[in-house]
Amino acid sequence: MALPNKPLGELKAVKDPEVEELEVDYLIVGGGMAATGTAFEIKKWAKEDAKILLVDKASLERSGAVAQGLSAINTYIGTAQGDNTPDDYVRMVRNDLMGIVREDLIFDLGNHVDDSVYLFEEWGLPIWKMSDDGKKLDGKKGMKVGTLKSGATPVRTGKWQIMINGESYKRIVAEAAKLALGEDNILERVFIVELLLDANEENRIAGAVGFSVRENKVYIIKCNTMMVACGGAVNIYQPRSVGEGKGRAWYPIWNAGSTYTMCMKVGAELTMMENRFTPSRYKDGYGPVGAWFLLFKAKTLNGLGEGYVGSEAAQAELQKYAPYGTAAITPTCLRNHLMIFEMKEGRGPIMMDTVNALKTMGEKLDKREMKALESEAWENFLDMTCGQANLWCGTNTEPAVKNSEIMPTEPYLLGSHSGCCGLWVSGPDFDWVPEEYKIRYKEKVYNRMTTVNGLFTSGDGVGASGHKFSSGSHAEGRQCAKSMARFVRDNADFKPAISQSNEELVDLVYKPVRLFLEHCDYTTAIDINPNYLKPEGMTYRLMKAAHEYGAGTATYYQTSSKSLEMVMEMLQLMHEDCEKLAAGDLHELMRAWEIEHRIWTLESHLRHIQFRKETRYPGFYYQSDYPGVDDENWFCFVNSKYDPKAKSWDIFKKDYIQIIPD
Amino acid sequence: MPSFVITEKCDGCKGGDKTACMYICPNDLMVLEPNSMLAYNQEPDQCWECFSCVKICPTQAIEVRGYADFVPLGSSIMPMLGTEDVMWTCKFRNGTIKRFKFPIRTTPEGAANAYADLKGKDLDSELLATEEADGYVMLTPIATV
Repeated sequence: MALPNKPLGELKAVKDPEVEELEVDYLIVGGGMAATGTAFEIKKWAKEDAKILLVDKASLERSGAVAQGLSAINTYIGTAQGDNTPDDYVRMVRNDLMGIVREDLIFDLGNHVDDSVYLFEEWGLPIWKMSDDGKKLDGKKGMKVGTLKSGATPVRTGKWQIMINGESYKRIVAEAAKLALGEDNILERVFIVELLLDANEENRIAGAVGFSVRENKVYIIKCNTMMVACGGAVNIYQPRSVGEGKGRAWYPIWNAGSTYTMCMKVGAELTMMENRFTPSRYKDGYGPVGAWFLLFKAKTLNGLGEGYVGSEAAQAELQKYAPYGTAAITPTCLRNHLMIFEMKEGRGPIMMDTVNALKTMGEKLDKREMKALESEAWENFLDMTCGQANLWCGTNTEPAVKNSEIMPTEPYLLGSHSGCCGLWVSGPDFDWVPEEYKIRYKEKVYNRMTTVNGLFTSGDGVGASGHKFSSGSHAEGRQCAKSMARFVRDNADFKPAISQSNEELVDLVYKPVRLFLEHCDYTTAIDINPNYLKPEGMTYRLMKAAHEYGAGTATYYQTSSKSLEMVMEMLQLMHEDCEKLAAGDLHELMRAWEIEHRIWTLESHLRHIQFRKETRYPGFYYQSDYPGVDDENWFCFVNSKYDPKAKSWDIFKKDYIQIIPD
Repeated sequence: MPSFVITEKCDGCKGGDKTACMYICPNDLMVLEPNSMLAYNQEPDQCWECFSCVKICPTQAIEVRGYADFVPLGSSIMPMLGTEDVMWTCKFRNGTIKRFKFPIRTTPEGAANAYADLKGKDLDSELLATEEADGYVMLTPIATV
C-alpha cells in the first residue's frame, strides 16, 4: 500500500524529463491492426533511405483490439471463391448503418481486404476450411485442402465471416510488421498525446509530441506525413459493472478516443460522431454472440420464454424503420431496439437459448462431432474473451444445460466494427468516386487523408465506413501506406517547423506531473488535495455525466435536448478542471492524458447527437425530443470541425451521395 | 482482480532481459516492485482479463481470479501456450474440469514472410504491393447510380 505523499506507481515522474527530438519522413501513431498494416506495406513504396517510425502506447505483440485474439475474421469478401462482390459488401454495410455511409470507402476497402487475409494465412494464422465432403476442419487440419488464395473454401458463419483459430492473431500480424519495418524503427511504450501543425503552412501536419511510460522522457517528433490509428473510445460511459468488472469492457479498455481527439484538436473534420455501438453480448462477461447466432443457430427468448423477435409486435416495430428494418438482415441497432423494447415492457431478461440450439444441432451429430461442437463453443470465448469462459465456469454454466443472459452494453465509439464514427477522409481518385468525396492537396487526391494536409487515418479512425473489422483495418492501414508514400514523393522538399518551443511542449505534456510535485506535500493523502485532481476522479465524473445525461444505460440510452444542454455545461467545467489534473508517476500521467482524450471525444459525440434532430439509430440511442428516423431532413452526414485557432466548433450537414444502386 | 501474481512462483524475471508481464500488458498494469523484485497488477479494475501476462509468464506465476462483482469464486481457466497450440484447463466452481486444445499458428515463430525484398512498381495506382506482384485486377462497381 502507498504511504502518504508517495506516488502510487513504481515509475515515479520527475519535474524535468529528458527530451528526445526526432525527425522522420513517416510517422505511424498506433500499433493495432491498422498500424501494423501500414508498417507492413510502407517500405515497399517508400524510398530506400526514408525515415519511418512507428510509435505504440503498448507493445506491438499484444496491443490494440486483437490483443487477446479473435475467433473469426468478420470481413472476407471471398473474391477467389466467388463468394461476394464489393458491391454487395457496400449494400450490407449501408443497410446495417441505416443508409448513411461512404460507399466509396467501403467499396475500395472491399477491393483489398482479401489480400490481407491471404497474408495472415501465409504468416501462420490457422483458418478453418471445409473439406471436400463438407466437414469443418480446424485451421491446422484445414491446411491440407489448400489456402484461401488458392481457392479453398473457408468455414463461413455468415455471408462475410470466416472462422479462425485466432489466439495468436495479433502476435502473428505484429511479427510480420516488425520484420517489415525493422525493430529499430519502432518505439514501444510511448504515448503520443498531441499532434502539431506546421508553423509556416496553414492546416499542414508537422509532428507530434508524447512521452515514455517507462522512463522520464518526452518525445518531440517532426514528420512530413503521419498516420494516426489508436482505436476507438472505451470507458467514456459508465459501464454496467462498476467494481473490478469494469475492466471487462467489450472493446479494449485502453482505447481512449486518442485517434479522434488528437486529430480533431488540429482541426481535422469529423463525420458521424453521433454514431455509437452498444453491442448485445453475454451479460457481464461480454463474450461474443455472433457464432451462437450464426454457427449454432441459437435464438433469443424473453423472460417469458417467448421468441420475441418473430412476434407480431416486433415485426410491426421493424416496419416503422423500413426499408432498413424490413431488409433481409435486420440492422444491428434495430435488433437492440427490439431487445430494449422487451426489457422496458417488463419482459426481460433476454436469454440466449443455447440449450435448444445445441440440442437441435446434436440431433444430427454423433458423439465425437458433438464433442467437437462443444469445443468450438468454448474456443469462441477462449480465443477472444477469456473472461467470459471464466464466468461460465464460475456459474457452473454448461451451455447445453443452462441458458445465458444477453444484454446491450454501455456505449462505445468506433469506426471499424458495427459503428461508423470517425474522421472525414478522402476516397480514392477513381472516376466513379464523386468529387465531393475527394480531398486534394496541391491538386492531388490522397486516399484516406483527413482534411488536415499530410494527416492520414485508418481502422477505427475512418468515419462513415464501418464493418471493416480486423482484416479491413489492416488492409486500410496498408492503403494509407501507399497514399503516404505518394504524398512524401510529391512533397519531398517540405521542412516541418513547429511553432512551440521544446520547453513549452514539455510543460504541456508534463503539466500534471509538475502540478502534482508542486502541491503533493500540502495534504497527508496524495489523492485528496484542493490544488489538483487525480485522473481517476475525473474518469468517474466523465462517465457519470455521460451515463446520466448522454444516453447511457441509466436512461435506456435515451437523452433529450435539455439533458444535452446540461451535459455540455458539465463538459466545459471538465475541460477547465483538466488544467488541474495531477500525476505522480508515469502510469498515472498516461491516465491523465487518456481522460483528456476521452472528454474531447465524448464532447464531439454529444455535439453531433445534439445537432442531428432525429433518432437515426434506435437501439443505440434515442433523442426523445426527436424520436424516429427523419429521412426528409436528415438523410445526410453530420460533420464537425474544431478550429484550433479560434477554439470554436462548427457543425454542419454534408450531402450523402449514393454510388451503388439498391 | 483479475490477474494476480503468486509470490512463491514469481522471480521478477531476474534471469531475463525484461520483466515479461510488464513488457506485454497492453494496459500497462503489470509492474515490478523494485525492493521485493516481485510483479503485481497495479490497477486491477482496468484489467481486461486478456491473459497476455498469464500466457507469457516464464514461471507460470500469474493466474486470474474472476471479477469480484459478478464471478462467483472457485473457478479458474488456465492456458498453456505452446508454439503451435494452446491448451486450456477450465475448472468449474462445482469441480468439473474441461480441457481444450486449439491450434494457434501453422508456421514457426519468426517465420512470417514480411516480403522484405518486394518493392512496389507503380506508386500512382491503388494496388497494394502484393496485389501488384500477383497481377490483381481491381474491381469497379458493377453498376452505379
